[in-house]
This record gives sequence, structure tokens and C-alpha cells, in this order.
Amino acid sequence: MAGLSAEDWTAFALTMRLAATVTVLLLLLGTPLAWWLARGRTAWRRPVSALVTLPLVLPPTVLGFYLLLLLGPHGAVGRLTTALGLGTLPFTFAGLVVASMLYSLPFVVQPLQNAFEAIGQRPFDVAASLGAGPFDRFFSVALPLAWPGFLTAVVLGFAHTIGEFGVVLMIGGNIPGQTRVLSMRIYDHVEAGEYLQAHALSLYLLAFSFAALLAMHLLRPRRLMVHD
Amino acid sequence: MIKMRALLAGLFALALTLSTHAAYASQPQHMTIAAAADLRYALDAVISAYHRTHPHDSIEVTYGSSGKLLTQIEQGAPFELFFSADSEYPKQLVAAGGAGSDPVPYALGHIVIWSASVDASKLTVADLAASSFDRIAIANPEHAPYGKRAEQALRAAGVWDAVQSRLVYGDNIAQTAQFIASGNAKVGIIAQSLALGPQMAKKGSYAVIPESLYQPLLQSFVITRRGADNALAHDFAQYVQSAEARSVLSRYGFSLPNPPAEH
Repeated sequence: MAGLSAEDWTAFALTMRLAATVTVLLLLLGTPLAWWLARGRTAWRRPVSALVTLPLVLPPTVLGFYLLLLLGPHGAVGRLTTALGLGTLPFTFAGLVVASMLYSLPFVVQPLQNAFEAIGQRPFDVAASLGAGPFDRFFSVALPLAWPGFLTAVVLGFAHTIGEFGVVLMIGGNIPGQTRVLSMRIYDHVEAGEYLQAHALSLYLLAFSFAALLAMHLLRPRRLMVHD
Repeated sequence: MIKMRALLAGLFALALTLSTHAAYASQPQHMTIAAAADLRYALDAVISAYHRTHPHDSIEVTYGSSGKLLTQIEQGAPFELFFSADSEYPKQLVAAGGAGSDPVPYALGHIVIWSASVDASKLTVADLAASSFDRIAIANPEHAPYGKRAEQALRAAGVWDAVQSRLVYGDNIAQTAQFIASGNAKVGIIAQSLALGPQMAKKGSYAVIPESLYQPLLQSFVITRRGADNALAHDFAQYVQSAEARSVLSRYGFSLPNPPAEH
């Protein structure tokens, strides 16, 4: 890509790696969670649902502050990771992955939950009456019917992780190739008065985000016809 | 209903009195300072000393990295005074036509090795090469003068290549100190003025880095174009150069440049 220095490239590659890792992990974790939130029957459903959506309303600095304390050498998680020989998570790529997963969680879980809820009970009853077990019902009924939800979850989870800034600023430490993501790089360029470089990166991000959202809207079916 | 109306009329009259009173009281005695993060404790102390003789003036301070503050001022941020951690950024503001005065040197800053995890009082810059210091915090050299000086010192001591992969960069020198204070970085290079701050002094220990290892950190302030006709900005600018303010600054580890002959 034109106009990018080697360091900008490193930040770009790092950001993509982070967003991809976070999206894959969130899909693995978020799908059962969303399934449970959509179809579970326990009283825990609502508090957990509120907890999952919390990052939507919390300032990223709140999340970053608590993560810094919790994951740091004096925090509960930090002591655990140190005891396990993993060191502490702040200022590492793994730390950013953990933070981003929390931060982007609602953007993956909510579309999945909505999609699972939209399917309704009928298709499952029919499948059950045809002799499909629970796993079969999930893989051959729920997944195919909920695919627009998965598409939205992937695009939003990926794009939102790319757009993350406040949490990274709090626990990242701005290390090239480790935690210096695109949004940090742009911030540094602006603070150093290097508007040209900031423009180049910002325009790429803008174009990418627009393209991703456009693709999502083009790929989604016009109307969800999952009830019949 | 009548009571309500009487109450409203009373409030209105009160508001009117207050506003006319305020307008007559004096010139605008309010300003906002943009200050480098190394001044977080020192400038607060200077301002509270100033308040003792000017109790009604209101001064607010926004702290950040000098480079960030310069960018914000150039983009019209409402600051009347700019206290930089170096003299380059104020010069740039003057050159860009955004200043209402010439830069005035007010302090010479020092960098220190600081730690809240180990005893740093005997450490030298070369010691930082030891692998036990798995994370070393400095301010971002791209827009924080204290970060630039930290990099110079590490290079001059010949350990830059050894420590580079273990560096973490604070957005400004105060965030750098916070990385170290929280134990997330075992050691780091910060401003002496922060190490001497009341919140920091009891948390850790420090060793002063020899001045031969880095370019002198002569810190200047400048009145912004916006502050050019703010009487408080000019008065405070004078005060910072007074003996009283200079003694406060020296308490926070700053050396003092010679006072300007005439200003």
C-alpha cells in the first residue's frame, strides 16, 4: 500500500492479526454463550445478558483501568498467570487479545443471540420429530438458519477490535509489533504533528471499515425468512 | 401560584444581580494552562502558592505530552498558557504564529531511574541491561521530551540495543510513572519532578541519571495567541519567574535557568 512506512506496516499487520485472533476466539466462545442466552431457561440468563452487554456502555478507560490492576503483578489474575509461568499480561499481545475479547464480546454475542432467537421453536420441534438429536439440531438447523447472524458477528467483532483505542492506550504500552496497533499509531502520528502519515493510515482504515460494512449489508438476505 | 411567581421573580432578580456584579468585578480572571505531564505536582504546587495571594482567580490545568498539547493548541484548543517539557515545542508554536509571547525558560528538568518494585537508588542506566528488568517504561520519544531524553541516555550508556525489546512506552511521562507505580513495569525512566511528587515519593526510589548522558531539558513556557489579552495569563507568567515560584520548582528537583534580564 502506498504511503506507509515499515513501522506503519508492522502496525497494520499486527492489527489484522489481533482482530482475526479475537474474532475466531469470540466465535468459539460466543456461539455457545449466545445459544444459551437465546434458549436457556434459567434465572441467570438476564444478569449474564446484562454482563455481556456491559462493554457497550462502559468507557474503555474503565475496562482498561481494571484490567491493568487485575492483570498486573499485584492483581488476582496477574498472580495466577505469574504462578503459571506466563508472566503478566499487560503490554503483551496476549494481553491485548484478552482485553479485546472483553471489549468486543457484545458485538459478537448480540447478533448471534438475535439470530438464534429469530429462529423460533418450530424448526427445532420439527427436526426433533424427525429424529434429530440436540447436536444434529444445532448443526443442521440452527447454524444454517442463523448464518446472517454469524456474518454480522464476524464483521462487527473484527471491525470493532480494529477500532479499539482506549483499552489499548491503558494496557498496551505502545510496543512495536506487540501492542502498537493502527489506532495507536495514528494517535502518535497526530501527536507528533505528522498529519500526512496520520492521513494515510486513517484513510485506509476508513476505506476498510466502509468496505467491511458494505459487504455485510450486501451479503445479508433482504428479509430474514426463517419462520416458514 | 402567586408564591411560585414571587419565587421566580426573586430568582431572576438574584441572577441579574449576580451577573452584573460579576461583570463589574474585574477583567476575565480565568484561564486554562496546557502543561507537560512532568509538571503534574510541581505546577499544582506553584498554582496553589499563587492562589494564596490571588484567591479569586481560577486557573485550570490540562496535563499531557508536550507534543500532543502543541498539536491541540495549533488546532484551536482553549489554552492561554503552554508549559512545555522542552523549548522546541514552544518555538514551533511561535514559528506557526500561534503564540502571544516569546518562549521563556522556566526550569531545567532531570530524568531519573525510578522503581516501585526494587531499590532503584543505586541503579545506573547501564544496569538496565540486566535481563531481570523484563519491562522498562519510558515516555514515547515521538512526542514526549522526557521520552526523547530517556532514549538518548539509554543510547549514550550503550544499552539501547539490549533494552529495546523490553521497552514499554507511556503516552506521556505521567502514564509512564503509572506503569511503574502499578508494578506492571519493574523500572523505568521518568522525570525527577514526578518521583518527588507526594503520591510517588512514598511508592518508590530513584537514582538521578547523569546529565552528561542526555541533551539538557530546558523547559519553556509561552503565552498562546488566545492568551495574549488575558491579564491573568500575563500575571501568572510573571509569577512563575518570581523567587517564590522558583523555590517551589526547585523543591520538585528542577534546576533554575538564569532569570531573564528584562521582560
